[in-house]
Amino acid sequence: MTIVYGKGLKALSIATVVTLLTAFTLVLTYAPVDADQGVIQKIFYVHVPLAIVALGGFIAGGVMAIMYLRTRERRWDMRSYVTIHLSIVLAVGVLITGSIWARASWGHWFVWDEPMLVVFLIVFLLYATYQPLRFSIEDPDKQARYASVFAITAGAFVPLCFGAVRMAEQVTHPQAATMTTSGPGSVTVTFLVALSAMTLLFITLCKYEMASKNVTATVRRLRRRLAGDDDQLSATGRSAAPQL
Amino acid sequence: MLVTALSSSEQYVAGAYLVFLALVLVYLAIMAVKLSRLEREVVELADLAERGDAVREDRVKEPVA
Amino acid sequence: MRATVAALLRKELALELRTRESVPAMVLFTVTTYVIFHFGLDRNSVEGDLAAGVLWVTLLFAAILGINRLFVADHEQGGFDGFLLAPVDRTAMLVAKAVALLAFLCLVELVAVPAFALLLLGPSLGQALPELLVVLLAADVGIAVVGTLVAALAIQTRARDLMVPLLALPLLVPVVLGASQASAPLLEGAGAAALPGDWLSLLALYDLLFALIAYAVFDFLLED
Repeated sequence: MTIVYGKGLKALSIATVVTLLTAFTLVLTYAPVDADQGVIQKIFYVHVPLAIVALGGFIAGGVMAIMYLRTRERRWDMRSYVTIHLSIVLAVGVLITGSIWARASWGHWFVWDEPMLVVFLIVFLLYATYQPLRFSIEDPDKQARYASVFAITAGAFVPLCFGAVRMAEQVTHPQAATMTTSGPGSVTVTFLVALSAMTLLFITLCKYEMASKNVTATVRRLRRRLAGDDDQLSATGRSAAPQL
Repeated sequence: MLVTALSSSEQYVAGAYLVFLALVLVYLAIMAVKLSRLEREVVELADLAERGDAVREDRVKEPVA
Repeated sequence: MRATVAALLRKELALELRTRESVPAMVLFTVTTYVIFHFGLDRNSVEGDLAAGVLWVTLLFAAILGINRLFVADHEQGGFDGFLLAPVDRTAMLVAKAVALLAFLCLVELVAVPAFALLLLGPSLGQALPELLVVLLAADVGIAVVGTLVAALAIQTRARDLMVPLLALPLLVPVVLGASQASAPLLEGAGAAALPGDWLSLLALYDLLFALIAYAVFDFLLED
């Protein structure tokens, strides 16, 4: 059964570029300068959308893992892997931009009062074990199964952790929700555009990576067909990524 | 220069956005490396396929004694 | 199912009784850790949230020791294969192992908590003890469930002893958070305060959520 992942990729990437540029322009020109935080507040428009998309990605990865366990089709494991993989990258971005914000606002590179930063630290530490876990299981079917169990457990853990840390820390940092509901309309608009831009970017990158993996797997199949016996490069070795 | 023209807090904001850009560009670079490797393999495979065609043509032309 | 769980549980407890592998080591670990804390913090007594923190961090790391050993015997001596051949519900193993781990934790705490009161705790435990027991139980259930799941996940990997803490510790952060926040007022020097209900509910929610998840996914770990 042939699945093509690159379909619609062109339209998606154009949409991503347009939305992203609009978002950044809005941040520079349209969004107001915050009364108490000053220009520093504008980091919010890159930090929070990154965070929301990353968290969504982790949960989506869990859902795709459920689909894999139900259907046992390799492509669901592939989707889960790519989504989680990209969310981890975004999570690093959240931690770095959050650090910069903390440093600019309160003078420290990390603050425990900031629930978003703390949750992301914990979640990042958890998901950082995803790749090593996959890599250490050689049998591809077992690897996919165990990775899916992990993705489901971790995906359920994310909202719980968020709730727990929120409960614990004093919120000295203005929450995204309150900002967009209490602030002027321009804040809301800019935030929503930035959020859509990040979401589009995430989906585009996911499709991009899945198409790339699909191509690699197809090339390998082709090689096996054409080269037959004298195929020196057929040894795939161990890999953390799912084999299609 | 441009950097000193920004106040220190603006530098932080610029830094944050640059981090985001850097992440995207690093991803781009990794994908570019993958693509070049893929191109090499596909070219090799195309060669293999053409060689295979040539061999088959020769085989067809050989008379069966 | 209940019969299977009972049989498995009996096996676990009998095994532990005979080999005395996990529980004595865990107990010894907690007492040693109290000594380390004494030197590390340079204090003769702790109270309030510091006391809660010391107690829970120690219990958590002792639990990790137990979690590491949980499936080792089955893995090395073919217990998994034997179990898979039996015509029983596979989730029974999850329940049995989790209950066994819970039992081990309770046994450890039977010694660890009085030891804590003796060595490091400033205020006396007497009044707050029943409420502390509630917190202990709620947290232990969470540790047992998540611990069993992580142990089952990690047993198939190569660097098993490394994987367990790396997987379990982030997942158990809400437990440590809830448990120490809930026990901190109980260990106050100026007289124990009431048990905070919201932290206890967090623990209960955590326990429920992960029990359900573990129940749903455990089967997939045992196939072969």
